[in-house]
Amino acid sequence: MSETPENLKYTESHEWIAEGDDGSVTIGITDHAQQELGDLVYIELPEVGKELKQEEICGVVESVKAASDIFSPLAGEITAINTELEDAPELVNRSPYQDGWLFKLKTSDSLDGLLSHNEYATKIQE
Amino acid sequence: MLKKTPLNNQHSNAKLVNFGGWEMPLHYGSQIEEHHKVREDAGIFDVSHMTIIDLTGEKVTEFLRYLLANDVGRLNTIGKAIYSCMLNENGGVIDDLIVYYQSNEQFRMVVNSSTKNKDIAWIKLHAKRFAVQLKERDDLAMIAIQGPKVMEKVKNLLPANALALKPFHAVWDEWFIARTGYTGENGFEVMLPANQAPSLWENLLSNDIHPIGLGARDTLRLEAGMNLYGTDMDEDCSPFEAGLSWTVAMNPQDRDFIGRKALQTQKDLANHRIMIALVLQDKGILRDHQPIYTNNGEGYITSGSFSPTLGKSIAFARVPMGKYEQVTVRIRNKTLSAKVIKPPFVRNGKIKVDVR
Repeated sequence: MSETPENLKYTESHEWIAEGDDGSVTIGITDHAQQELGDLVYIELPEVGKELKQEEICGVVESVKAASDIFSPLAGEITAINTELEDAPELVNRSPYQDGWLFKLKTSDSLDGLLSHNEYATKIQE
Repeated sequence: MLKKTPLNNQHSNAKLVNFGGWEMPLHYGSQIEEHHKVREDAGIFDVSHMTIIDLTGEKVTEFLRYLLANDVGRLNTIGKAIYSCMLNENGGVIDDLIVYYQSNEQFRMVVNSSTKNKDIAWIKLHAKRFAVQLKERDDLAMIAIQGPKVMEKVKNLLPANALALKPFHAVWDEWFIARTGYTGENGFEVMLPANQAPSLWENLLSNDIHPIGLGARDTLRLEAGMNLYGTDMDEDCSPFEAGLSWTVAMNPQDRDFIGRKALQTQKDLANHRIMIALVLQDKGILRDHQPIYTNNGEGYITSGSFSPTLGKSIAFARVPMGKYEQVTVRIRNKTLSAKVIKPPFVRNGKIKVDVR
């Protein structure tokens, strides 16, 4: 069984979004996503300062056998990326919601259009 | 409904996938950990989905010398095996297989499960003329036991004559035990009656041997420099174009086998494509179908993956004939550099290539 923390927002494409205090959001991939992909071996992230549109492909997570695009859940500017993942992509497998975060985004978009915990949990059970 | 092997109940804790119509374990937790277990310790694989065919008849040797690109005429001790391609008239690979000698009137063949129907149809088509009988042995299960610690860990489970086998030889008994494999490590492949397979599996687990899924099986075989049918070769590609020249017996020259004429023409013209092995020097992962650029033109990756042993990405690629030290590969929007090496990448737990 996979975890879906209640305090997060989610997307159909299996990203999670955590709202910060300063108008920035932190983004990663869900526990369900990392379980489906299996052992991750390479992660490519966008550059800090890059402006992203909503649902723009901004990176890729690769497991031993498959590559999967990362979509930006919201429009905004990249303010930080998790540089630890360059040498330790397995952090996403071990800790998808904490140490395995992918990037931070400064956004003025509302989070209301994203999936709630319940909606996402229902979706992955289907 | 997916087909289930006799060991299906043993895979209840695995991530199961549809593998060519079979419900098979992809991994039992971590594909990478399983890979390392086989390189450093010992692992077992359920490979019961593979097709086992027994061939019998007075002219079976003559038949197989005609059917296969490698020469079974070299086999004369019981249980001795060779690896071979089975070709069409154009020299294209219908399948790759292992064939074991029992006597001049009986052989056993192990072919891929994905190609089973076309293989059997092809074999039957040509067997008629030689009055050779086929019997598919779907009453047998098959377990591969692979890794450097296999010998000490199976001591009390396999008979002494099996433990003493030389590579590519088999003991032909109720349990057919062959010293073969698909990982580049020491080990066995055991074919046994389906109802006895679960208890052997459980006994192997009790001897601290780890279950390994098809995910690790693929990275292990790629590191070992072994081809996978359907990705590294198919009917549009000859053994010469798949790095399998060593499996084609052009001598003796008077042996007529299916595909021989086409192969001779390819050899004479000497402009066929070739297979090369690559280590990616930059960060990223090589994948099947990515384009390769050389001085002599374009090619493509046939099998690409992350190599857990090297910690880098490796691949096989089919490119125009030439001598290469370096090629470039296009991965999404980047052009990256890959070093051409002589396979295998890894054999018996040791890295065999200079990956700097």
